[in-house]
Amino acid sequence: MKKIVEFTVNGEPREMTVDTCRSLLDALREEVGLTGTKKGCDVGDCGACTVIVDGEPVNACLMLAVEAEGRSVQTVEGLQPGVDRLHPLQDAFMRHGASQCGFCTPGILMMAKKLLDDNPNPTDEDIRFGLSGNICRCTGYTKIFDAIKSAAREMEAARS
Amino acid sequence: MRRFDYHRAETLEHASRLLTELGDDTFLFAGGTDLLVEIRERLRRVRNVVDIKAIPGLSDITYDETRGLTFGALVTVGRLERLPLVRQRYPNLRAAFASLGSIQVRNRATVVGNICRASPSADTIPPLIADGAFVHIYSRTDMRVVPLSEFFTGPGRTVLAKGEIVTGITVPPAADNSGKAYLKHGRRKAMELSTVGVAVSLLMEEGVCSDIRIALGAVGATVLRASQAEAMLRGTALDAATVKSAADKAMEECTPISNVRASADYRRDMVGVLTGRAIKQALETFA
Repeated sequence: MKKIVEFTVNGEPREMTVDTCRSLLDALREEVGLTGTKKGCDVGDCGACTVIVDGEPVNACLMLAVEAEGRSVQTVEGLQPGVDRLHPLQDAFMRHGASQCGFCTPGILMMAKKLLDDNPNPTDEDIRFGLSGNICRCTGYTKIFDAIKSAAREMEAARS
Repeated sequence: MRRFDYHRAETLEHASRLLTELGDDTFLFAGGTDLLVEIRERLRRVRNVVDIKAIPGLSDITYDETRGLTFGALVTVGRLERLPLVRQRYPNLRAAFASLGSIQVRNRATVVGNICRASPSADTIPPLIADGAFVHIYSRTDMRVVPLSEFFTGPGRTVLAKGEIVTGITVPPAADNSGKAYLKHGRRKAMELSTVGVAVSLLMEEGVCSDIRIALGAVGATVLRASQAEAMLRGTALDAATVKSAADKAMEECTPISNVRASADYRRDMVGVLTGRAIKQALETFA
């Protein structure tokens, strides 16, 4: 069975016709054409598919596309403020080498964005707790934590 | 993904009717963090999914000093974890909620779903049993209330009859003289299923333990009460020697199995260690 789903992606109203069995992750990638959100484990363990739905981060693999009806979804494609401008987190990830193979990066960026939105000055422990549902097999996490702390400082400086 | 039909229930009556009429292989869908994984990994045969998220009245959280804390079937683990009342009055529930899955999972998973899945290692069950929580069950003919300690009949099995739906949970009020703790033991802190989970809820009156409940997770077919250990502790000052004997008794009372996560012997040892530790932590409220 297919259903028409009307929802908002990165601030833009969208409509998609999806099979009711389909996950939000598959629908975003294959119906909407936003392939920034990655499919790692597809069972909610790795966090690569993290998107923000109505302000809360969730695993897009563990949500059905039909559940997105009327809701607002933010993906990594919506993170940068303009075509030629990166989000401070994206910029810091590049400078710190916080991304190696890059597969976990979109999920980690979305989780880090939510973390800094709620808590502009996170401690190391806050960052560890905030990213505990995101697995990275390349970096050893240290550079990711460095990048997030650096982005937090820059965002703080930009506000003051 | 294996195919299934998706139904959106408008009312409890509607959901209950769908559960009865669509036959076996029909499952309620709230958070979906277990069900979708089970479908994808072919652990459960699912033909129909009944989404209950459009049913009104299942998202409420209420607290009053006589009735306690009540939350509906759609209340997520994350919402309760972040609630100041839970942080302040129910540190045991807070510990269980914050250790379940990941932040992303907790933003979808519901406590009622965690309970209805009836896993012996479910994190939310031991502290809720230790607190004396009960579940509200809807059926098309009546409503009934069942103590959580009597809700489970085996791994993955509950007293729910076909067409019955758990609408919410009530946890008795947290008294000022109560102490509560939940300790989860696993190989890592996040995204982990419990190897052993121990919950203790106790009441102290003038330095004497007037009541105590100990619930043991992942060491039996269902979450167990260590009732003989509890009996040894009631009426005592919870001195170190008594606590040690009671922890030894809890080791005798549990019935663990060996599996990929740990051996039965290790689990039994950890029940002893964690029971002592959980009592100590519950008492820190009064320090």
